[in-house]
Amino acid sequence: MTAAPLIEVEGLRIDLADGARHVAAVEGVSFRIDRGETFGLVGESGCGKSITALALIGLLRRPLSIAAGAIRFEGREIQGLSAAEQRALRGNRIAMIFQEPMTALNPVSPVGRQIAEMFVLHKGKSWREANQLAVEALANVRVPAPERRVKDYPHQLSGGMRQRVMIAIALACDPDLLIADEPTTALDVTVQAEIIELMRNLCAERGTAILMISHDLGLVANVCSRVGVMYAGRIVEERGSDDIFRAGAHPYTQGLVDSLPRLGSRAALGRSRLREIAGVVPAIADFPSGCRFNPRCAQATEICRTTVPETTWLGAGGLVRCHHHA
Amino acid sequence: MKLGTSAIIGGMLFALAIFVGLFAPWLAHTDPVMGANLVNAEEPPSWIWWFGTDAQGRDIYSRVVHGARISLTVGIVSQLVNSVIGVTLGLTAGYWGGWWDDVVNGLTNVMLAIPSLIFALAIMAVLGPGLTSLLIALGLTNWSFTCRIARASTLSLKSQGYVQAARVLGYGDLRIMITQLLPNMIGPIIVIGTLGMGGAVLAEASLSFLGLGIRPPYPSWGSMLSEARDQITTAPWLSVFPGLAIFLTVLGLNLLGDGLRDVLDPQSRSRRT
Repeated sequence: MTAAPLIEVEGLRIDLADGARHVAAVEGVSFRIDRGETFGLVGESGCGKSITALALIGLLRRPLSIAAGAIRFEGREIQGLSAAEQRALRGNRIAMIFQEPMTALNPVSPVGRQIAEMFVLHKGKSWREANQLAVEALANVRVPAPERRVKDYPHQLSGGMRQRVMIAIALACDPDLLIADEPTTALDVTVQAEIIELMRNLCAERGTAILMISHDLGLVANVCSRVGVMYAGRIVEERGSDDIFRAGAHPYTQGLVDSLPRLGSRAALGRSRLREIAGVVPAIADFPSGCRFNPRCAQATEICRTTVPETTWLGAGGLVRCHHHA
Repeated sequence: MKLGTSAIIGGMLFALAIFVGLFAPWLAHTDPVMGANLVNAEEPPSWIWWFGTDAQGRDIYSRVVHGARISLTVGIVSQLVNSVIGVTLGLTAGYWGGWWDDVVNGLTNVMLAIPSLIFALAIMAVLGPGLTSLLIALGLTNWSFTCRIARASTLSLKSQGYVQAARVLGYGDLRIMITQLLPNMIGPIIVIGTLGMGGAVLAEASLSFLGLGIRPPYPSWGSMLSEARDQITTAPWLSVFPGLAIFLTVLGLNLLGDGLRDVLDPQSRSRRT
């Protein structure tokens, strides 16, 4: 029992129905997150990271569906749960915060009420108690004058404040896992740092595991201890976040790391352009055969075009899927 | 929130009608049914008989005042029934979609294809005249517009981030409908409801005029018009005052509805996106 992970994804395949045709938007995705651990999924838009998160909370809707694989939360398969059992997990044991704090709050309801609703819904509290707890929850996310702020409507708050409210809602029931889907993309850089710091501290205090989803490798590596790099529906590399930066094994990971601006690089290398990865992520319907990165990969050879690369285990629990990994 | 002139005038007219209806027994001079006295038959309006008297010598003013009770009860209750039916069907159809959506859409189209007054007439013919059957007939025949609005609002609101978020946070379907969808569509529903109330007051008058609504001797504005038909040339005050009451109430409700639309319309509010 000690080794049982909090959540375990095994061989997940998510199909996109396009008329009678089914194409795999996500394929062979496996990862595990232990209690209190921080795990990141990185990848470009459309690589399947957000729908993987939706699958975790059992909210994939047509035309998307889980075609193969298993998602186990504390050893229990999520797909095997009834709708009511899944609802009891969502928001209570697994919570989520979104990219857009502007639209993720109900515009006609005071924010305090929206936080309090969580206590009523999942903890069976009375509204009186719940409203009291909502004030505390707002205080926990460092919102000044929480007893006045609970009466505010979302449009009266700034973007950063709204994201704090979202975090308060998500963490209201002390979930075991917090899924953060691009939590700071819509915010100013300075506010970003505050929000990330807040999220990290609150989760660390409570022992809440984080699954962070972002296209920002730097941000994810900063928050998470382990990182999975996704490309075109597959995890191509999974490493400790230090290893990813120091020595990415997959050409795509190396490309991502190289495309980040570095402090002092101009002094060391002289004035130069940031490296980029040529091309774009292919559409789901025309994923190439073999390694899906091969059309954009500088090291691609014949085998890359014909054969899907096997998993290669690296040291310290890392893995890579590449025929020519470093 | 700034109310326009039309909303204020409309609101005042409607409030006046409500006030008259609520306090009818104190405002009326005589009993509207039993206060007949043939000695005073067909008196024109005067200081004693403000609105004149009818062929049985009943005070028209008292009858109009009491008529407000019936007309407004019909207007408010039947429209409430319509709103509840329309919102329930439209909201669930838009939210769940699938076969239920097809059923509700089909039903709405059928309702829109039948002239609602004819449908109400048919129901009244089956149930017989009286206040209860009037409420049922008018309450079941005018929900299609509300239903359409509710369904369309649900379809657009469903994809909003906060509705998605609510699902992720473990809200059940019912809770999402009540806390997330309903409050965000209530504006247009109120507007349609206000306008519909005016329509229901008119429909009650029409049905009573045709002899299928409130039956004499009980006073409703429509039944009073119906009784006054024969004397419209000899004693015009018999039709003028109930007619004026209908006119002012419906005008008030329509002005109020229009004014509320301006205030509640999401597009006219800058803070909404």
